[in-house]
Amino acid sequence: MPPDAAARPVDFRAGGFEPRPGRTAPWIAAAAILGAWQIASAAGLLPDLFMPSPEAVITALGRMWASGELTLHLIASVQRIAIGFAIGAAAGLAVGFAMGIVSLARAVGLPIVSALFPIPKIALLPLLILWLGIGEPSKVATIALGVFFPTALATKTAVDGVPRNLIRMAQSFGMPAFAIVLKIVAPGAMPGILGGFRIAASIALILVTAAEMIGAEHGVGALVLGAGNLMQTDKLIAGVVLLSIMGLLVAAGIGALEKWLLRWR
Amino acid sequence: MELRAEGIGHRYGALDVLDGIDLSVREGEILAVIGPSGCGKSTLLGILGGLIRPTAGRAAIVGDAPQGCLNALTYVFQDFALLPWRSVAGNVGLALEHHPLSRGERHRRIADALALTGLADFADAYPKQLSGGMRQRVGIARAIVVRPAVLLMDEPLSALDAQTRELLQEELLAIWARERTTTVYVTHNLMEALRLADRIAVLSRRPGRLKDLIEVPVPREMRGEPGHAAALTALHDRLWQSIRPEAAAADREIVDAA
Ligand SMILES: Nc1ncnc2c1ncn2[C@@H]1O[C@H](COP(=O)(O)OP(=O)(O)O)[C@@H](O)[C@H]1O
Ligand SMILES: [Mg+2]
Repeated sequence: MPPDAAARPVDFRAGGFEPRPGRTAPWIAAAAILGAWQIASAAGLLPDLFMPSPEAVITALGRMWASGELTLHLIASVQRIAIGFAIGAAAGLAVGFAMGIVSLARAVGLPIVSALFPIPKIALLPLLILWLGIGEPSKVATIALGVFFPTALATKTAVDGVPRNLIRMAQSFGMPAFAIVLKIVAPGAMPGILGGFRIAASIALILVTAAEMIGAEHGVGALVLGAGNLMQTDKLIAGVVLLSIMGLLVAAGIGALEKWLLRWR
Repeated sequence: MELRAEGIGHRYGALDVLDGIDLSVREGEILAVIGPSGCGKSTLLGILGGLIRPTAGRAAIVGDAPQGCLNALTYVFQDFALLPWRSVAGNVGLALEHHPLSRGERHRRIADALALTGLADFADAYPKQLSGGMRQRVGIARAIVVRPAVLLMDEPLSALDAQTRELLQEELLAIWARERTTTVYVTHNLMEALRLADRIAVLSRRPGRLKDLIEVPVPREMRGEPGHAAALTALHDRLWQSIRPEAAAADREIVDAA
């Protein structure tokens, strides 16, 4: 139809509300912030003692790396997280599946787990030190506890969320209960379980830092606390940067795991 | 194998859903079960296949399952019930995995089922990549791969669009004709029942009672022929007259399930 002079176009009304991530904008923004920080430091606007320049932080990182101090702290923290996470996640998965599948386990376990979940686990460290000593076990146990509860609850919720009809289907083909758990429930719950791992991992990072601040010779938490005590702010911020990188790496690792395990989505 | 409903009744808490259903599904027939929505058709089918424990009466089987049958009472579900994390072949093979079959036998069965349902080229596809019609073909392949004695189908085509439904009705009949597997076919679609079934069981509105059991007077192969159109139309109209008021009433009901 030819355009009609009397006809008015229909206005487009459905714009916005579709935020998209940018490609270059994030890098530019990050560079701008760091640049401004560096310039402010160089101009003497930020006192070195309280807010060292990015350059000073990088230099501190380089020094610690060269002396081997960095590796020492990193290995100590990563080891605690790895062991604590493995224990807590394994126990959390077992209890979560049990609560998701077995009535008795749910009746007994769910109130207990729900009641203990909100306790900040770092509050238990003194008790765990009394029980297990000041060494590694008490720190690892704190992390394991911190990982256990979110994992157990996320697993239970994820198992609940597995569509009933898939379980009925498997039963209608005479599939044994164990095979149903393995082939239907576990894969069906996987997205929720991995979501729980994400939360658990960030809790583990908090707890390892806190535990290392309370009593450890090595570890990133000990590094940050020690540097603060000596007013070595450049080292302190270097430690914080390390923690941030560790957090990002763990998140990326879980992201990769999700991509691989949930490739069917 | 013959499948029987012996005085089956069911209530969900205070909700009376089925009442005194006596019915026998004959060896080799397709029995359609129709009735207004909410009258208990799915519940009846669940009871017949051992997925729901009836509150009265029982489901019973007479006779033996045929040779090579791995799962006598086998369902095709309305919502397909496919595992999204498994390929087409993986979903079909799922039904075999807990049976001691040789590798060769397993592969042969899966290949046969896929070929029969037109899925041979889709073995490695995932459910999310498939149309609704293809998904239900997977559901059908998974059912026939175990060589069932009785097929229990709960509105298998009602999630599909009209054209796909038409195609799948043809395919279902072709597949059925090979083995003549005893089939219970729940539907709310009168035309579908008249096309597929040997007999049609009509349930009343809730609590579902067996209101009518009708033999379709025209042989299945001749139902498309113009000479039989009048008889089928007459039957259709008669059935619709009996269902219509019930369907209307069921439609306007508020359900308080306990
Ligand atoms: N598990 C259940 N618990 C309670 N009520 C149910 C349950 N399943 C079905 N119902 C109710 O029972 C009635 C019959 O359901 P259903 O057998 O699915 O009917 P149909 O398949 O004929 O539509 C419906 O009113 C439905 O809401
Ligand atoms: Mg139904």
